[in-house]
Amino acid sequence: MGFYSSYFTYGFPSFLAVVIALYLLFTGSGEAFNVGRFLEETSPYAWASTGVGLCIGLSVLGAGWGIFVTGSSILGGGVRAPRIRTKNLISIIFCEVVAIYGVIIGIVYSAKITSVPELQLYTRENYFTGERFALFWGGLTVGACNLLCGVCVGITGSTAALADAADPDLFVKILIVEVFGSILGLFGLIVGLLMIGSAGEFTAAASAAVVSPYVTVH
Amino acid sequence: MEALFFNVDAGFIEGIVRGYKAGLLTQTQYNNLTQCETIEDFRTQLSATDYGNFLANETLPISTSTIADKATQILVDQFNYLRSNAVAPLNKFFDYMTYAYMIDNVILLITGTLHERNTSELLERCHPLGVFETLPALCVATNVEELYRTALVETPLAPYFRDCINAADLDDLNIEIIRNTLYKAYLEDFYAFCSSIGGPTAEVMQRILAFEADRRSINITINSFGTELSKERRAKLFPAIGQLFPAGNNALARADDVDQVRQACDGVAEYRAFFDTAHLLGDDGLGDTGAAAELEDRFFAYEVHLNKQAFLQQFQYGVFYAYLKLKEQEIRSLTWIAECIAQNARNRIQDYIPTF
Repeated sequence: MGFYSSYFTYGFPSFLAVVIALYLLFTGSGEAFNVGRFLEETSPYAWASTGVGLCIGLSVLGAGWGIFVTGSSILGGGVRAPRIRTKNLISIIFCEVVAIYGVIIGIVYSAKITSVPELQLYTRENYFTGERFALFWGGLTVGACNLLCGVCVGITGSTAALADAADPDLFVKILIVEVFGSILGLFGLIVGLLMIGSAGEFTAAASAAVVSPYVTVH
Repeated sequence: MEALFFNVDAGFIEGIVRGYKAGLLTQTQYNNLTQCETIEDFRTQLSATDYGNFLANETLPISTSTIADKATQILVDQFNYLRSNAVAPLNKFFDYMTYAYMIDNVILLITGTLHERNTSELLERCHPLGVFETLPALCVATNVEELYRTALVETPLAPYFRDCINAADLDDLNIEIIRNTLYKAYLEDFYAFCSSIGGPTAEVMQRILAFEADRRSINITINSFGTELSKERRAKLFPAIGQLFPAGNNALARADDVDQVRQACDGVAEYRAFFDTAHLLGDDGLGDTGAAAELEDRFFAYEVHLNKQAFLQQFQYGVFYAYLKLKEQEIRSLTWIAECIAQNARNRIQDYIPTF
């Protein structure tokens, strides 16, 4: 049964995709599926804002995830060993820091987004800042980095809480592991900053600038 | 991956059960307890542990059965607290843990009724974790069919009864067969359930349940020597899981004496040690009973070892099962020590099985 259903779930969508692709190709509209065109006619603002959104969103997701994993263990462990509650707040703080990384990068990135009239928007430099690399991929890097960092710190923090409840000597030892985990988010922050190092703000072109034939400015 | 989602449902009670586990008696506390001269000393020593003042309201000549009852009551309270906090699939897991006690209670009642004991006295002796609504109705049953129809059809044990409907009259041998058939079905079902949860839960629980199954197979074999239980029927009572299954179980089914049991277990490195000196003792003239008791103690010690290992892994359900078993073992040890103090049998007081 499982065998046939996996045939269906993987086979049917790829069959459909092949049929549609062949249909487009043989009816002379193979150009309809055009990645380059999509990239060029999307507004750099859309890419930049998505980047900032992913950056802060994924970071907060990671921090929240970590806090609930740690928090529920601290709550449970704290019932029989109330002394762990204050010490283990440090695990919560480590998770929280991950969200702060996201906020910092979000602020830095959004400073690059300035208002430019649409006629002068589509320049080579603005594409670079908004679209090709900088804000979108930078935001994704920072967000993914912080998501995994938050999960990592959260799981370690949960272990630290339970270990501390069982044996107070273990707290510092596991905290070291946790500190190393929380540094991972910092790597994301640094790389995220470097990635937009050479990207300038959105600037208006001297004259009406459209680098791509696909873009139609109204 | 289980670490990502486990704490959503079970993080809190895992923390609590680990807190309970930290309250289990340590080796030092056991040493203090064994130094006690009287039961009153014993009570004072216990009040310094996690048990607290659980015996405070008892009148002074405290019997060991009172201590066992009170300690079990603490365990039951903790278990019910955990159980009421559990959500699916953990609540199902807790249900499975109680089935074993249900089986014991059912067997206790029908054995007692067979020997014409007082029903209310029997009901008092039932384990509180395995009490279910139709339990008292068991006393009226005279054969298996009736037993099933009056009391068990609506309990979770009903599916396990499928294989023992054919046994006609209730006599001691048949009751023993029913018990083992029920246990076999229960263990296999629990094993399948834990496998369906997957991840570290399956890993830990399969190890524990496999040992439980093997222990039952070995015990059934040893206890059946010299009884009228035929080899074919014996083979049907072995659970189809565990490290001995299938080759070891086949060898056990053919075994005629303890020596052949030992050979059957030779294939599993962990079990080989059980028979090393136990067998020697048998040769020394202590007889099969001495060897069997020794073997039983080794089984308990190994079970404790497996249960302790369950606590080494986080984000899995095995800790709940392991805690229940460790606490039970602790209560057994406490009762043993109290018994030794009460009967002034100092030389055997060290024979308890420590947990931590």
